[in-house]
Order: sequence, then structure tokens, then C-alpha cells
Amino acid sequence: MRANTWAGRNKVEVRDVPDPKILNKRDAIVRITSTAICGSDLHLVNGYVPTMQDGDVMGHEFMGEVIEVGPGVDPDRLRVGDRVVVPFPIACGACAACAAEMYSCCENSNPNAGIAEKMFGHPVAGIFGYSHLTGGFAGGQAQYARVPFADVGPLKIESDLSDEQVLFLSDILPTGYMGAEMCDIRPSDVVAVWGAGPVGQFAMDSARVLGAAKVIAIDKEPYRLEMAERAGYTPVNFEEVDVRSRLLELTGGRGPDKCIDAVGLEATHGSAHIAAYDRVKQAVRSETERPHALRQAIMSCRSGGVVSVIGVYGGLMDKFPAGAWMNRALTLRTGQCHVQRYMKPLLQRIERGEIDPTRIITHTMPLDEAERGFDIFKNKQDNCEKIVLKP
Amino acid sequence: MSLGLGVAQLAAPETVRRISGVDDSLTSRAVVPLVGARELVHAAGLLTSRRKSVWAWTRVAGDAMDLTALGMALAHRGGRRRRRLVGVTGAVVAITVLDLLTAVQATRTREIGSVPALRRSRKGGSMELTATTTIRKPASEVYAFWRDLENLPTFMAHLEQVRATGDRTSHWSAGAPFGTNVEWDAEIIDEAPGERIAWRSTGHADVPNSGTVRFVPAPDGVSTEVHVVLVYDIPGGAVGKAVAKYFGEEPHQQLDDDLRRLKQVLETGEVVRSDGAPWGKRARKEFPQRPAQPLSDAELAKGADA
Ligand SMILES: [Zn+2]
Ligand SMILES: [Zn+2]
Repeated sequence: MRANTWAGRNKVEVRDVPDPKILNKRDAIVRITSTAICGSDLHLVNGYVPTMQDGDVMGHEFMGEVIEVGPGVDPDRLRVGDRVVVPFPIACGACAACAAEMYSCCENSNPNAGIAEKMFGHPVAGIFGYSHLTGGFAGGQAQYARVPFADVGPLKIESDLSDEQVLFLSDILPTGYMGAEMCDIRPSDVVAVWGAGPVGQFAMDSARVLGAAKVIAIDKEPYRLEMAERAGYTPVNFEEVDVRSRLLELTGGRGPDKCIDAVGLEATHGSAHIAAYDRVKQAVRSETERPHALRQAIMSCRSGGVVSVIGVYGGLMDKFPAGAWMNRALTLRTGQCHVQRYMKPLLQRIERGEIDPTRIITHTMPLDEAERGFDIFKNKQDNCEKIVLKP
Repeated sequence: MSLGLGVAQLAAPETVRRISGVDDSLTSRAVVPLVGARELVHAAGLLTSRRKSVWAWTRVAGDAMDLTALGMALAHRGGRRRRRLVGVTGAVVAITVLDLLTAVQATRTREIGSVPALRRSRKGGSMELTATTTIRKPASEVYAFWRDLENLPTFMAHLEQVRATGDRTSHWSAGAPFGTNVEWDAEIIDEAPGERIAWRSTGHADVPNSGTVRFVPAPDGVSTEVHVVLVYDIPGGAVGKAVAKYFGEEPHQQLDDDLRRLKQVLETGEVVRSDGAPWGKRARKEFPQRPAQPLSDAELAKGADA
């Protein structure tokens, strides 16, 4: 089959690789009809997540048709011919984390838990196409994918919604939603979202759906801010204004009640000092968090507010504003999205027309053009927000 | 050390730049806080990492960078600034020497620390391993699975086979390195159904060993804590060396991984495989890993009897 693979730092390559096979009894093989490039794929391509190997199949946002199931798959839950969206965390459904609906912390789905444990203290769930740290599972930017625990995670789509309407249930829509849900939004809340990429846009939509009074979008790309403004949110361009001052102006000096970091470890910053500082950190091979967005969110948030982190971080961070966090009674909440928990309720919101996930799609191209797609997405060319690939 | 220097360079870059005699340069405005930040990174690494030697060596590399920068600054300055720079350079050279010594020492400690079994094996000795996990099944069920000793190889990576030879006796075989096999007989010396099993090897075992596993109800009222203690008497001589090397790479890691697989088998019904670690319980095949691609038929066939 054809698949988009990691070919070294800053390089992906569409190649011929062997077709996937059933390896465990509860596996299914899915013929992929739509898949997407995610912002967190860039952390892999840019080399910030360790344990990638040449030839690893990329991609963790995908959907398609079940063409084969293992002997252990519950036929009441999944059969050949079903149309499914596959959540990015692989979850067994049986461990204590799964029982608590914390699927991205599943205790059984990562065969390389030992490596993850060294890095994070405790292991995390397996993730498709996301390094050997999260299990070494082949990803979904391919014609076919093997899906473990296929009767736990994948969501059956029985209505005639298009791929584009439901594909993002695999990751970015639930991720954005969880970012807003962790904020415990009240009707009077002003919510500021750092990052107006796809996850940030969905965090804004979710904050509104959950009742926020006002939503603020912080980014530097004019086209992303325009996209947010068209959807009814207040744009703040961090290259043009001082973010904290602007947020104070917009909130009568209080600061946003709730802050969402939808940026993560590769935050960009206008200052040349800090760009140089990043290069030095890389040169000594230390961890490469660039937590500007998180620092700014903590410093800006109103006292007693919530800072919700859905941007991806990988290792150690320095200069964390612990003083602001502690002295001003801030709550910090975070997690890789427990996608399985949110798929059904969000599908219903899509069916009811409360959220339109297609609004962020700017590009659709064949899988064979994945290399070009990564280039456009990474360099934010051509006003690119989200790319859907068709195998 | 890293911490102190780092905080100074970040909090008071102007002072640091003036004292060190590079306050006339625009570049130094950027470089000084940078260097400070790097020191903090090192401090974090040294404080938190188990692999201290690596972090110590990154410090040496950092020092080399500082010296290069100072050397460049020296070449372009005269008078008082040059004198102050010379002083600072001397101090940095001293720090570098100190870091170098630390790094060398950390590397030595690590070498000794990481292969304790191998060291001990030269004279012989015993090695005790402990590990624990929580399984979301009642103690009676976990006990019953373990008590059927023939189940052990499904999750213990180094075991090839365990065959029951009587109610309390069994014959064990383990894949040892270099294609050799280690076999022994064992007997259960103590057991309390649902609570505890203890066993030891009997007769002339190549590697006399014993073990205890306790099954303790977890506070959640649903799960069972499994506590394992294994003791190996590592003999001297060639077999001892081979066995010690086999276990010596990361013996605790191996036992932890064994228990993770036990948990998988009991909670999900089988050992979870990924494309990158397709051989399931055979932990030694997981490193180094192949890329996360599916196996060919030939590889699958090879795996079955590998
Ligand atoms: Zn994603
Ligand atoms: Zn689980």
C-alpha cells in the first residue's frame, strides 16, 4: 500500500509499504477514505518528539471502512463494512484509566510503556503514527491501517454525514472541546484561546457552545485571525500588540476568566533573543519546550481563573511562572484528549448543526501529495489551516 | 551550580555583562541571558535525570561554547575590559575542568551502577528483584492465573516453558543468551490461595532461584496489587557470566515489563502488539525496534519460532 512515512528530521516521504495485518484478536483493518495532517505531526517532523524511525507510517486522524476484523472483535460493536472514525489514542476499555474514561492514559495499549515511563514518570496510551514512545503503531496517512481494540474506540457513522463533517472527531474537535470543557465555563466568562490553528478554532467553537460570553483568539497569522473573526471571535495579533495589555483592555482590567493554550511546545515568539535561545537549547540537546504561550496565559489569566492546556508538551520546561500560578490561585488543567469520551456527544452536536467542523478545511489533496501538503501546512503557505488527504 | 549561575545571568544580565567586560557588545545582550538559560536547563537535567552522566557531558559542551565565545570577545578587546575578560575566562576554564571531572566521574559511576549483576557475577552472588503492579481483576482470579504455572511464559519474557510435574513441582526452561538454554526444577514451598505463592528451584539448578508473589486487594475494592520478589543466585564461571549478562542489562526493567504484560493478559486477554514491537512478550526483540510497519509473511513465520 501507499503510506506517508517519516524519513528523518524535516522530511516525510510517500512510499510503498506492506499492507497491515491482524496482530491481536481485537484488531480491525480499516480501508482509509479520509485522513488529515495535524499540527502535532509537525512536532514529529521537526524532530521534537524522540524515538521516530525512518519508515514509520505517520498520521493519527483518519476514518474509513472496516474490511477485516480479528476473531476477538465483538460483532455487536463492529463488523466488516462499518464506516468508522478512529480516535487517535488507542484504549483497551478494561484498565483503571479506561474505566475512569481517561482513555489517553490507558495502561495497556502501549507496548513500549517502559520508554514512556522513563520520560513521563508513568506510561501513556499508544497513539497511531506518533513515535515509538507511544507504542510504535503505524499511522493512518495510508491506504489501510490496523486498529487495535477496534470494538472500544472507533465510532460508527450510520448517517449520511460527509467524511469532512466527521473526520475531525478523531482528534482535533474533541481536543478543542476538552480544552473548553476543562475551563468549567460559566455564562459570564471571557475565554482567551492562544493559537488559532485548527485545535484553537475548535476550542473557540466549543467555548461558545458551552456558553462563554466572549471568546478571544490570539495568533500572529492574519488569515487565521480572520477565520476566527468571521466565526464571531475577537482577534488579537501578538506581533502587533502586547498580548497581556490588550487582554486587560478587553476585560476591564481583570484578565480573561479562562485561558486555553492550544499552541504547545513549538510556540513562536517575535523576539530574536528567544529565537536564538531556542537554537542554543537545541545545540546542547536539552528538552525543547518553548512555553511562551503557556507563560503568557498564566501571567494574563484573572486571579482564581483556569488555564487549560491542550497544546502538546514533550519533556522538561524551564522558567515556569510558578509564582503567578500559586499566588493567584490559578487552576492548571491538561491532558491529551480522551477522545473516546467525547465522540458520540460531539457527533450529535454536528448532527444538530451546533458545530460545523468543515469551516477549517482549506486544502484537500491526494495522499500521494502528502509531502507537498506538509510543506504548505508547516510554512503556513496559501492561507493553509487544515489539509485533508484522500488515499 | 548551574542553578546559581543561571539565575544570576537571567536576573541580572546587565551586571553579569559589566563584570565580565563584554557590556559594549550588542551580541552579548542576547548571549548572556542565553547562557544563563542554558545553565538552568542543565540544572533541571541534573536534578531530575537518572542519566546524570549525559547531562554532565552537555555541561562540558556548554562550557566549551562559553570559552569559544569568550575567546572571540578577548580577541576584540583591550584595556580594562580585556583584563576583566581574562579574569572571567580563567574562571570559566576552572569551571570547565570541574565539569569535566564531574562528567568523567558520573560516567564511571553509571558504568558500575548499570550492570550490577555482571560485576557480581565474577565472584558469584545473589540478585534480588522486586516489582509491583495493579490489575483490575479480583485477587482470586489473578492468583488462579499465576498458580497455573504453565501460564507464566505468556508474560515472562525470558521463560520458554514451565511444565507442571506434580501438584507442587514443575520444570522450567528459560532462553539464555548465546543460544544456550537454562533448565531447572522448582517446587512451591508456601502458598495461601488468593493471597500468596512462594517457590524455589530444586536439585542442581544452573542458576538457583526463588520467588514470592503476593496478591493484595487494592483500596478501590475492584483491583489486586501484585507484589513480586525474585532472587537469583548468580554462580561464578562461564554460565554465571552469561546469565548475569542476560539479566544484567536492565533486570528491573525486564521484570516491570513482565508485570505489564501480565496485566495486559488478565485485563485484555492477550499481550498487546504494535507494528514496532510485533513479537509481543519477547521483550528483547523490542529493542532496537524496527519502523512501525507491518511484517512480511516471512518475518511472521520467523517470529513464530524465534
Ligand atoms: Zn492530531
Ligand atoms: Zn485501558
